[in-house]
Amino acid sequence: MRLFWTQLRRDLLITARGPAEAANPLVFFVLCAAVFGVVAQTAGERLVGHGVVWVLALFANVLAAESLFWRDYEDGTLEQMLIHARPFFPVALGKLAAHWLACGLPIVVLSPLASFVFLGSAADAWMLVVSLLVGTPALTLIGAVGAALTVGVGRGGVLLAVLVTPLQLPVLIFGVGVAAGHGADGGAFALFALAAMLAASITLAPFAVGKALAISQEY
Amino acid sequence: MATSPRRTRGWLRETFHKAGSPRWFFAGSRAWMFGLYVFGGALVLVGSVWGLAFVPPDRLQGDSFRIMFVHVPAVHVAQSVYLAIAVAGLVFLVWRMKMADMFIAAAAPVGLALTAAALATGIIWGMPTWGTGWVWDARTVSTLVLLLLFFGLVALRQAIARSERAALAVSLLAVVGVVNLPIIKYSVEWFTTLHQPPSIRLGQRPAIASVFLWPLGLNALGYYCLAGAAVIAALRTRIVEREAGADWVRQWLAGAARAKAP
Repeated sequence: MRLFWTQLRRDLLITARGPAEAANPLVFFVLCAAVFGVVAQTAGERLVGHGVVWVLALFANVLAAESLFWRDYEDGTLEQMLIHARPFFPVALGKLAAHWLACGLPIVVLSPLASFVFLGSAADAWMLVVSLLVGTPALTLIGAVGAALTVGVGRGGVLLAVLVTPLQLPVLIFGVGVAAGHGADGGAFALFALAAMLAASITLAPFAVGKALAISQEY
Repeated sequence: MATSPRRTRGWLRETFHKAGSPRWFFAGSRAWMFGLYVFGGALVLVGSVWGLAFVPPDRLQGDSFRIMFVHVPAVHVAQSVYLAIAVAGLVFLVWRMKMADMFIAAAAPVGLALTAAALATGIIWGMPTWGTGWVWDARTVSTLVLLLLFFGLVALRQAIARSERAALAVSLLAVVGVVNLPIIKYSVEWFTTLHQPPSIRLGQRPAIASVFLWPLGLNALGYYCLAGAAVIAALRTRIVEREAGADWVRQWLAGAARAKAP
């Protein structure tokens, strides 16, 4: 019994010394609440259906992003990529494009099925497919910045989600807006905004990824 | 005549270099910290007593609006703290000034606390005013996102064991976050302006009369001073921790110990 109390005291003490780590799951909980609250507002009566499919795509994306640079970091390939004299931008973009083709595109292709499961028909699923086709690459690009920052940290996906999902919220909002045909123009403006965010993240995110990976190698 | 701009630049450069020196900052900041605590405390005291006791009640909300004198300054200062952190992050990424990183480490918990206070007072204010503590409205959502961004800064630093790497990673995260902040604000406003029935805003933001403006301004200024003092205090602790091996810190500690001994 004494062993039990000693262990309990020790682990609680460790938690108290590094409270942010222990708070990660709680913050993730708040984050999910924020995600669903925002999606519920935007999707309206289509929350079950397009809204839920988008939330699932978001979290699948964040979980997949964790493995983006892991293998290259472990076996030293990443270091070789970075110390090579060629520009890193196309390397990063190529890596992210391959990742999206492998992990993002299948979700887009299968999304009508999910829509069918929730709504019982896939009749208006094409807007969902379009929104995911434009939105998920942007999610991957933003998620990659977080993955590059935490590569080798080894704290699991909760930290990554806590870092990255607040930044992905605009993509989620406009993506659900497109899928649900939100607004007077049936989601047209949201689609433009989504495309603009994709263009911006294609041009900016690889730079941030390169910078973050360089930091991971520096120390 | 021609030397004047050069001299100004020289002065600027000198201050910049000095600001990068923990020792110089530690020596000069003590008086600033106490001054800001006293001045800010006095402002908040005057502003709060004025706002809570002497300002007439609101026509629509009665007395419940008085929480505004806590709520609004907290939000403002929290947003400014995030902006300051992002600037410090850029400075650290470019010049690797360790003071900039220590500033981020010191300011992030202050910003986190202020944002949490803003959300809490917002919920308390919302209950009698909106009839519900929480509304998915542009301001609540973007303040919640700000809370998460602050937490991300704290959590990332704690997750990375090596302090040099943590410093760089947190700086980059702060810069990426501040690029995203306007986009987040814009997107959140887009979905709420279409969906929020205006009746919910009843009495939330009546054009503020000047009777309310004075105590509000005093409180806001006081909050800025107090937040600044708190950040300086946290910075001083970090400096002593980080430079514990340096001669001047040892001497200072020995001097402090001698002063305490009878």
